[in-house]
This record gives sequence, structure tokens and C-alpha cells, in this order.
Amino acid sequence: MMAKQLLSRLLGPVTLVLLALTIWLGLWVTPQDKIQGNLVRLVYVHPSVAWVALYVSFGTATIASVLYLWKRTRSMVMDRVAYCAMEVSVVFITLTLITGSIWGRPTWGVWWAWDARLTSTAILGVLALGYLALRRANDDPVLRARRSAVFAILAAINVPIIHFSVDWWKTLHQGATVFGPDRSIKIHGLMALTLFISFIGFTMLFFWILRARYRLEVRRELASSVTLDEALDARRREGALQ
Amino acid sequence: MIRTALLVAGKDLRIEVRSRVLLWQVLPFGVIALLLCGLALGPAHAGSSSAGPGLYYLVTLLVTLLMINRSQIVERAPGTKSSIATLGLDPAGVFLGKSLALAVELWLTGLVLLAGAVLVLHTGLHGALIALPSIVVTLGALAAAGTLYGALTAGGETSATLLPVLALPAFAPLLIAGERSFYDALHGGELLGWWVIVVVALVAYVAMGILLYGVLDE
Repeated sequence: MMAKQLLSRLLGPVTLVLLALTIWLGLWVTPQDKIQGNLVRLVYVHPSVAWVALYVSFGTATIASVLYLWKRTRSMVMDRVAYCAMEVSVVFITLTLITGSIWGRPTWGVWWAWDARLTSTAILGVLALGYLALRRANDDPVLRARRSAVFAILAAINVPIIHFSVDWWKTLHQGATVFGPDRSIKIHGLMALTLFISFIGFTMLFFWILRARYRLEVRRELASSVTLDEALDARRREGALQ
Repeated sequence: MIRTALLVAGKDLRIEVRSRVLLWQVLPFGVIALLLCGLALGPAHAGSSSAGPGLYYLVTLLVTLLMINRSQIVERAPGTKSSIATLGLDPAGVFLGKSLALAVELWLTGLVLLAGAVLVLHTGLHGALIALPSIVVTLGALAAAGTLYGALTAGGETSATLLPVLALPAFAPLLIAGERSFYDALHGGELLGWWVIVVVALVAYVAMGILLYGVLDE
């Protein structure tokens, strides 16, 4: 219990240290690219953000949804985790598209290209927004949880399509950047280290935000239920007086 | 499961034959949408065979949304839900039956729209016939996916507006694969790759439906 509390308390500060380290290494310490110049520094942000958007946050939402639907592990905790993770996923997918666009303009000459990776990521973003719309459309908590869980699983079909899009189609978006076909690291040691720290930092940032969002959701549910109870009590008191 | 599927499909198709909504409302909407697509492109571009497959699938998607809504409205009649629950019908069979009925309706509509595309958008008849098997499979996959998404949005006040928001992004890969296979059929391209995507999507949606429809129907 103590270790869990300590980990929970350390999550925020460690995340901030790792992100600060990423900024310092990415902007001042690592070298420029021979061809791309300073533009290469986006590589310390965009892939990590995309990793969190597609795999960590969407993956968390999907796994929590599967666990909600599985009768043995069914609980509103899983539904809340899926909802909060999906909400964070929307933010990270948007950041992925924005940072990709910033990189695309000087490299490809356009802010947006009809590329398989870009288009499928945008579709995932719309699906994540659809998930949030679906939740708002249902007032019954159990029905809402069940439908959202099914939708999250259906939407997750898009993730492997995004992942393999660069292999399946001829795309402007490059294929694997860090690892070669033989799994050897293709980039400079210091750049690889910065990228690694960035991946860990952004992953921890996701869990930090998720934890905060989850707590907020629990408090929101509690607040709404207390208000309802209070309103009912007030009505009962009114009835008793009459 | 198969017996339940056939029963449900028969029920849905009988309702459709008696109400004639498909004939008098959905099909005219599809034809009008096809004509509007031609008008939006202008006479110079509407006749080019490169636009035909995309416009055909775009109109088919719009028609599919109408038909999914229709398929769910049929279930809203008083006593339908409770009857299904009382009869203890297998949810997987219900899903397959509703998907089959929707697929039959989509195949009929798809054929009429294909004839319309050949006439109005000058899509080559020979190419359209070559594309027919891939259209059949794509529309089958749309029916399976549509039945699932219809069940997801069913019942609420916002179901009509929520359905396109949820279903259209999910239909996008099918639209791309269907359009590409149609285009390749017209221009003698390689069909196999797109075929694989459409067949995988069909199998995936049918499997998902069999597994998850019961949860939605609880």
C-alpha cells in the first residue's frame, strides 16, 4: 500500500523531469540532421505522442472495455477507465495530427496529404469523438457502459490498419524510423536516447493525466448523486411539512 | 442459430415488402443522390469513368444509413423486444438474420444504383459486371457492420443523428476498398488486394456481431 502511494506521488514529478529532460536534450544537446536541419527535433515529440494516442491510450480504453464486457471483471471502474482513457486519447490524437502537420508543411509542401497513415489516424480521431458522443447520448449508466464498450472494441479495428498502413500502401509517411528490418537501431545514439526518454515521459504523462481525470470523474459522479439525494430529501421534507 | 437467422431475416423482409419503404422512399432517394452527384461535378466531369466508382459508393453509403435506421425502427414496434426476449432467441442468430435482411435490401438497391451509375455516370457496363462480385461482398460487409452500429445507437432520441457519426468513419475502409476494386475492375487493375480487405472486413464484422450483439441486446 505504501509503495503504491509512493509510486502515485512520484508519477507527476518523474513525468515532469523526463519531459524537461526531453526538451533539454531535444532542443540543445542533440545534433541537427544533415538534410532536415532543426526540423528533425520534432521526432522527439511526434512519434511519442502518436505512440500514446494510438497504442497506450486507445489500447487502455479497449482493454478496459473488454474487461467491462467480460462478466468476471465487469465493474463501473473499467467503464470509467475506458471513458477517461478515450478522452485523453482524443487530445493525443489531435496533438499527433497537429505535430505531423507541422512537420509535413516544410517537408511535403502541404499541411495535409491524402496519405493512408494520416487519413486512418484522422478516422480514429473521429471514432474517438464518436465514442464520447455515444456516451452523451445515453443517460442510463449500464446501457451507456455496455454500448460504449462495444463501440470501443469496434473502433479498435482501425489501430492495426493505421499501424500497417505504411506497409500495405505506398504512403508519403515514412515506415519504421528507429529500427531497421533486422531490428538494429538506425539513428544516432544520443538521438535514440532522447527519443527513448521522450517515449517514457509521454507514456507517464498519459497515466498521470488518466489518474487525475479518473479522480475527477469519480468526484463528478459522487457530486451528481449527492445532489440527487439532497434534492430527494428536500422533496421528502416538503411532503412531510404538508 | 441459422434457423433463428432465417426466421428474423424473413420477418424483416416481409415487413419491407409490405411497407414498400425501400421501393418508394429509399430507392428514389438513391437515384436523386446519384443525379445530384452528377450535377455537383458538372457535365464535363460527371461522365468520366474515374469519378463513377467513388460516387456510386458514396451514394450507397448514404442509402445504407437510411436502411440501417429503418432496420432498427422495425424493432421499436410495441412488444417486439419483449417477444424476442420471451422466445429466447439466440442473439447471434438475430444479428445474422437482421444482417442478412439488410444485405438483401442493399444488394437490390446496389443493383439499381449500379444501373444508374452505368446510365448517368457512364461507368462502363463490362467493368461494372466485373466489379459486381466485389460489390456484393462489400455490401454484405456494410450490412453486418451496419446492423451492429444500428444496435449501438438504437432507441435513443438522438439515434438518427448519432448513427452517421459512429458508422461513417467505420465504413471508410470499406468505402476505400470497394471504390478501389470497382475502379480496378473498370481499368483492368489488380483486384486481389482489395478483395482481401473486403473479405477480411466481412468476416471480422460477422464475427464481432456474433460475439457482441447479445451484449447490446441484453
